[in-house]
Amino acid sequence: MISLAFFICGAVFFAITPKKGLLHYLYLLYAAGAGLAAFSFARALYDLGSPGAAPTLAFALHISPALAVSFRGGPLQDFFGLLLSVAAFAASVYSSGYMKDNAAPRFQGIFYGLFILSMGAVFLSGDALSFLISWEAMSLVSYFLVISDTESEAAQNAGLTYATMTHIGTAFIIGAFMLAFAATGSLDFAGMAAGLAGKSMALKSAIFILSFIGFGMKAGIVPLHIWLPKAHPAAPSNVSALMSGVMIKAGVYGVMLMSLYVLGGPGAHYATWWGIVVLATGAASSVLGVLYALMEKDLKRLLAYSSVENVGIIFLGTGAALVFYSFGQTALAGLALAAALYHAMNHAMFKGLLFLGSGSVMHGVHSKNLEEMGGLLKRMPYTGLFFLMGSVSICALPPFNGFVSEWLTFQSLILGSVTPPAYSKVVTLLGGAALALTGALAAAAFVKAFGVAFLGMPRGPKAREAREAGFPMTASLGFLAAMCLILGVEPGLLLRLISAMPFAGLAQMGSAAPFHSPLTVAGGFSGFWPAAIFASMLTGLLAIIVLAGVFGRRRKITYADSWDCGIKALTPRMQYTATAFTKPLRVIFKTLYMPRKEVRISFKQKPLFVSGITYRSDITPFMENYLYKPLTAFVGKVALKIRHLQSGSLPLYLGYIMLTLIGLLLVWA
Amino acid sequence: MSNLQFLIILLLSPLLQGIIRKMKAYAQGRVGPGVLQPYQDLARLFRKDMVISETASWVFHATPFIVFLSALAATLMVPVITANAPVLAIGDIIALLYTLALGRFFLVLAGLDAGTAFGGEGSSREATVAILVEPMMMLAIFTAAVAGGSTKLSVISRSMHFFDSPAHVLAFAAFFVALVADTGRIPVDNPDTHLELTMIHEGMVLEYSGRYLALLEWAHYMKQMLLFTIAVDLFFPFGIAGGAAQSVIFYAVKMLVLAAAMAWVESSRAKLRFFQLPSLLGGAFVLSLLSLITFVMLGR
Repeated sequence: MISLAFFICGAVFFAITPKKGLLHYLYLLYAAGAGLAAFSFARALYDLGSPGAAPTLAFALHISPALAVSFRGGPLQDFFGLLLSVAAFAASVYSSGYMKDNAAPRFQGIFYGLFILSMGAVFLSGDALSFLISWEAMSLVSYFLVISDTESEAAQNAGLTYATMTHIGTAFIIGAFMLAFAATGSLDFAGMAAGLAGKSMALKSAIFILSFIGFGMKAGIVPLHIWLPKAHPAAPSNVSALMSGVMIKAGVYGVMLMSLYVLGGPGAHYATWWGIVVLATGAASSVLGVLYALMEKDLKRLLAYSSVENVGIIFLGTGAALVFYSFGQTALAGLALAAALYHAMNHAMFKGLLFLGSGSVMHGVHSKNLEEMGGLLKRMPYTGLFFLMGSVSICALPPFNGFVSEWLTFQSLILGSVTPPAYSKVVTLLGGAALALTGALAAAAFVKAFGVAFLGMPRGPKAREAREAGFPMTASLGFLAAMCLILGVEPGLLLRLISAMPFAGLAQMGSAAPFHSPLTVAGGFSGFWPAAIFASMLTGLLAIIVLAGVFGRRRKITYADSWDCGIKALTPRMQYTATAFTKPLRVIFKTLYMPRKEVRISFKQKPLFVSGITYRSDITPFMENYLYKPLTAFVGKVALKIRHLQSGSLPLYLGYIMLTLIGLLLVWA
Repeated sequence: MSNLQFLIILLLSPLLQGIIRKMKAYAQGRVGPGVLQPYQDLARLFRKDMVISETASWVFHATPFIVFLSALAATLMVPVITANAPVLAIGDIIALLYTLALGRFFLVLAGLDAGTAFGGEGSSREATVAILVEPMMMLAIFTAAVAGGSTKLSVISRSMHFFDSPAHVLAFAAFFVALVADTGRIPVDNPDTHLELTMIHEGMVLEYSGRYLALLEWAHYMKQMLLFTIAVDLFFPFGIAGGAAQSVIFYAVKMLVLAAAMAWVESSRAKLRFFQLPSLLGGAFVLSLLSLITFVMLGR
């Protein structure tokens, strides 16, 4: 409640503060609110086990007996609330520096606060009505934030695509809610869950599919992802961080809420194919998302595509959990669900870090294009260090947090081999193969991003003159980087909170990782000890330093030019570019990318004296060209046909209304 | 004592490299340097001064340590000669592979750090090969893990005594190709060349000299022996559960056999053109996929 007050104050002050130069300090109010909220959510989750624990928030406004607007804290709600408030805390601290030089318009500050509030409202909604209101608010506010940064046509188009797609998604969600309401007569999620318990499988499957499509749209699953790499990069970086880090988790939250809570009431049965659908979509999203991320040379678009990949990984875990639940293997389902939730939290941390980092880079270089960067590590040492930590985390390399959740996901997918039928065995194991491929591809994508932007020689004047970002910005990056390391070394911290949730099988995940000891899963099927891996590396380093001190003599280090085969004229143009780095992959995966190349040579005197060569190379956006273009063309064609119905004459319209009425009456009777 | 098994890999991996080189020399009708040559190379490199590129950042300085330490941490996770005694359980096979991947990540970054085309070329190719190799290796390991009922190497190697099902044969075939690719050997990479058209690993470490190069080379030897050890743990674990003397003899024989196989492959094949690699590695990927599906279908 106090944190709510902070947000409202923040928004109001943004509206009334007279001096524009002071506006950026107001973000600190948001930060304070988010920080307080984070504490209360963490406390609530921590206390869940103990009796008499009060919910974080309980509020209901009854409009009529059947209709109420209610907001309630609960285990799943608090977990996502925690995810939101930690990310919002970092982003708000960052904004107080980021917005200083960015001549931020007043309304951006107000909408920023409203955006965070509306996401909180989505997570805490207790019934379908308040959920939809908050969901719409979140979508609309984020739409305005997407188009707020520039007036470029690209940003406007991105906003339009986003608004269209998100409303199609909302339509599916409304459909799912209406079906559930028709069957149970309740809009309250708890009431729906109770009412659906004994209903037919066909109805439940319909609700599941509608909600999966609707929420999947927001989460950015393939093939519904096309708005994501357009909209996220168009927004200012502090907002991109929240959109990628948190808002797509609202989609994940929706899928989990519907499948585990609303459809998963007491004694619920799951159809195995639900899990298989989620798992297969997750596998496709993770592999395709990262394959497209690899080809991007726009830093923020690369990060956006990588969000598609990470949502895919979360859905791999969620899908595996649903498969296990359908066979009644609750312990394994708990493992898979814990993996998905852990990855959701991790992704909020490292994607927030990387998007905020890209904001600092743009702040320094004034470009999003990787090919104009280079050598930034020497000019922006802190941003570079933290961006590197984020990259290592997102590539799931120990001892950082990404590895813990991917390891858990791997375990749950391998354990898919103990499900009874052969097809679910094969699908889960293939999901594991997709995850392995994703890991290797992500490593290449982020080596490219970090290596081309931060290492080597500056590729242009902008990169040469880059400056380090201010204190609040680097500090918030440092905070998120530290979170990545802590969650990677001590998984017990988060698994304890996750295990407090009342979903079957999760409880045992708490004992899977007691503090400062190995993480063991599935009754000793496997285990690893993140802290020990970290400690063994530190011990090794210490040993090397001691050995070098005792036995080694000081050697001379000469700093000289890089090896240039003796031509003495190594220029930044000779470095590997982002495009060159991924060339082999464009050749190998050419069926998917369908790369296009265009070389134009202009001559002074044919054929020997060349005056200039232009080289263009890009890839065909498969989904856009072969799925969405025909689809929009089809919709346009149908719309043209339907247009004849609208003649503009009033009597005809009245006639339509009468026909509809008669039709309805006939159906009713 | 069993927790000190990693010392075997730490100390004897240069010897294994020397043995492979010697065998290769024999196969090619040369005398070749002695088997202890890699130790002398390392000692010489440790005594040398270093030349470092002015362009390079701290990532370049940190990389040799990270690569070496990740290889060292990975060796802590394998049962080398015995799986009987409780091995310090800091990681399973997946943790092991990702710990090695940490080293690779930084090595590829270091290749880009000096700002030369050679480094970039090596890095780009290494990343590509990793993308083709890692999923295939993982799938082969899945087969063994599902068969052994665990992803812990010690459990897998204790649970299987024979190498008798079609799934295992296919998985081993795929794993062997992954082994060739990951240790940077012909036909994937040529460890003895400095020709820019062919080099992958050498391209990335081209700017390194002195101690840093020594650490990187040592880590490379360790990784090679580590992968050999994983191969025998997963696919030929007989003898690992026996007495100490028996285990040592079995381990030595198995290493020599694998070394001979490597030397034979290297001497009898030509290096593949880079863009022919996907057909080799993709083929091996299909083998590992088949092995997994065979296992699920046949149940063994």
